[in-house]
Amino acid sequence: MANLTTDFIGIKSPNPFWLASAPPTDKEYNVRRAFKAGWGGVVWKTLGSEGPPVVNVNGPRYGAIWGADRRLLGLINIELITDRPLDVNLREIKAVKRDYKDRAMIISLMVPCDEQSWKDILLHVEDTEADGVELNFGCPHGMAERGMGGAVGQVPEYIEMITRWCKMHTRMPVIVKLTPNISDIRKPAEAAKRGGADAVSLINTINSITSVNLDSFAPEPMIDGKGTHGGYCGPAVKPIALNMVAEIARSRDTHGLPISGIGGITTWRDAAGFMALGAGNVQVCTAVMTYGFKIVQEMISGLSDYMDGKGMASTAELVGRAVPNVTDWQYLNLNYVTKAQISQTDCIKCGRCYAACEDTSHQAISMSADRVFEVMEDECVACNLCINVCPVDNCITMVEMPKGAVDPRTGTKVGDYANWTTHPNNPSVAAE
Amino acid sequence: MSNSQLTPGVVPGRLPAKAYDANFADVIAPYDRHEAQVASDRCYFCHDAPCITACPTSIDIPLFIRQIATGTPDAAAKTIFAQNILGGMCARVCPTEQLCEEACVREAAEGKPVEIGRLQRFATDGLMAKAKHPFTRAVATGKRVAVVGAGPAGLACAHRMALLGHDVVIYDARPKPGGLNEFGIATYKTTDDFAQREVDWLLKIGGIKIETGKALGGTLSLEGLKSSYDAVFLGIGLGGVNALRSDGEDKANVLDAVDFISDLRQSTNKSQLPIGRDVVVIGGGMTAVDAAVQSKLLGAENVTIVYRRDQAKMSASPYEQGHATSAGVRIICNAMPVAVHGNGTVREVEFAYSQDTDTGLKPSAETFRLRADQVFKAIGQTLDDAPSGLALAGGKIAITAAGRTSLPGIWAGGDCASGGNDLTVTAVAEGRDAAMDIHASLMGAVR
Repeated sequence: MANLTTDFIGIKSPNPFWLASAPPTDKEYNVRRAFKAGWGGVVWKTLGSEGPPVVNVNGPRYGAIWGADRRLLGLINIELITDRPLDVNLREIKAVKRDYKDRAMIISLMVPCDEQSWKDILLHVEDTEADGVELNFGCPHGMAERGMGGAVGQVPEYIEMITRWCKMHTRMPVIVKLTPNISDIRKPAEAAKRGGADAVSLINTINSITSVNLDSFAPEPMIDGKGTHGGYCGPAVKPIALNMVAEIARSRDTHGLPISGIGGITTWRDAAGFMALGAGNVQVCTAVMTYGFKIVQEMISGLSDYMDGKGMASTAELVGRAVPNVTDWQYLNLNYVTKAQISQTDCIKCGRCYAACEDTSHQAISMSADRVFEVMEDECVACNLCINVCPVDNCITMVEMPKGAVDPRTGTKVGDYANWTTHPNNPSVAAE
Repeated sequence: MSNSQLTPGVVPGRLPAKAYDANFADVIAPYDRHEAQVASDRCYFCHDAPCITACPTSIDIPLFIRQIATGTPDAAAKTIFAQNILGGMCARVCPTEQLCEEACVREAAEGKPVEIGRLQRFATDGLMAKAKHPFTRAVATGKRVAVVGAGPAGLACAHRMALLGHDVVIYDARPKPGGLNEFGIATYKTTDDFAQREVDWLLKIGGIKIETGKALGGTLSLEGLKSSYDAVFLGIGLGGVNALRSDGEDKANVLDAVDFISDLRQSTNKSQLPIGRDVVVIGGGMTAVDAAVQSKLLGAENVTIVYRRDQAKMSASPYEQGHATSAGVRIICNAMPVAVHGNGTVREVEFAYSQDTDTGLKPSAETFRLRADQVFKAIGQTLDDAPSGLALAGGKIAITAAGRTSLPGIWAGGDCASGGNDLTVTAVAEGRDAAMDIHASLMGAVR
């Protein structure tokens, strides 16, 4: 069993698996169940200022998209921040933290855009002995229309300003949660860093419409014949989140800024991927909303086995391991040549590779009368589509051509590393 | 009257009254919507799919399954019916494990094919339950076609002819249409009078008249039909039954399995059907399995199928064999009947172990006897009384492609025609294809 203990900006937790600020962390009852199940930490669902709590709709709050097997792939919500009184939340936070000193307890916050509001809420939170705060600058619906959440997250100057206020008024570590609903994720991350943030967490949910009801002609989730955009999360958003995490991790201006990775993490493998791209820990929500808190057991055993297999003594050895290998397209090796190869013993003869290649790609797969499918290496550009559509894992593989071999498609020898920046077809090269 | 499984002789009511309904209910339950959704998701939508090739009627299976998966089961049904108007019955009786499901790539991948038959039933049942027939007839051609035999081949031919605008009269010897669908299939495969409901639904296309109780050789003659119609299609099935050619075959309670199966189908109260305590079924095909399993379901204590060759040569599929053995039927292979014993009524059947040699099947000297209150012969059907003038091949009406017989203007298909494999689905394909050929020939003649 590998040591999964994580120290994230000074906040220790027995494992890097935290629950993200969301319905699963809205109250003591859920959070206690989560800690019993083994979660390393929670980010308590966003608290607002004192006064009458926000209200939620009383029709559906969630919409989903599914794979054909009804497996949930994406979840959309139009829920707002906590709709329970502030003092109740604070009391419960304090009670749970007292009983679970070894777990991370982070409090998500969203209050109006003035210094006093932030100062007040931070004072309240400090009293709970929570380990840190997360500033919710991401929520894309409802709160944004009131000048909070996503409305702040889309303006780097506001992020910097509020982060600075918070750092001024509390000794607690400050995590800034970023919205993906912007064009360049590095800008808000830089702003958070300038404001003194201890870390950023990302991504918050993506603005979206789940689906359209084809009888009522309204978006889902539908409230009395109308719908609104909501926040999209779950397995479907993971690739978007991974890219944003990587952009921050490898950017010169934000490199080294601690990251808490969020976005579609469902298994230990997803979590390990985020960590390799620079996340010091991860936050999970949709997966527990789909399967319950117990999945953390698989995440713990999976990450532990993986680290043992790789000989990693601590999670720090995993964090950021893949960052140096994230590069720009122009630096990819244009002399790296692979060819698809179909294992005839594994092939079940469905012909999906053939249909995909013949109809939509490079006509590089042949089909015989008795359904033997073979790659024509003189046509194969190694696009990988056949592998992506093959239902059998590892039946089709990409085989690298050795240096010096002749690529039957181009008739040229496989050469040494060379990229676009030196390619003769590159106009900027030709200009020199 | 309180008979039990142990009551000697051939008696009805061996089981509690309630047992019959359960025993003769659908052997494979229909899918509900959720089950169909889950099952349809397993289809890989293969390119040039092997299941289509394996289907004698070439139904576009991946397309209809995708139509189910996307919530349009009626469109799926139309895809099926366009190729196979008896897709409802075929969904129930096709040996899918030897056809589409055997070819399914997920059979190769996981030993568990997409359940195509059940999905087909889901789609077709749904559309058939609606009042409207999914197809409309073409403009009337004024041509008249006679179809002899209202079984799968005849019905498929008639429907296609009517669809193309021709007027069709179907003649059938029996009192009801449907052929083997009505009289020759185990009750638990087609419950709730499905065969008749299917015929009624099929006839909604219009332009088809059915005259029952009329057989070739009786009130009908091929010459007469030829002169009064523009074309004739023969789908007359196989009316004869092979004999055992064993001593004592004429004793009482030595019966043809096809008659037993037919009686079962026509019975509205299974508890009134007499069945032996000890039943022996001789044969190795689907008819043998249908007779044996239903004997068991009627309450026979011991039912044995005896087949003269190796188990691998049984024409009943391994799935059917498994169905028999799980119903409690014993299967004995490599044994041939040599004598039927009993005093007027069968009491025992004597078998000799047999050897399949290069020069044919040979009985060995070693014999054994099975107690039998009833013996059902299921050793194949033959074409009795083929209309004269037609060339035969292998004991059946010789046909070339698309069902043309040796006589111009006369087509044939289904079990009575040469080639094929005596399956419902093959009969449907032959009837349909003959109709297309008849249509081409009739319309060509117009020009």
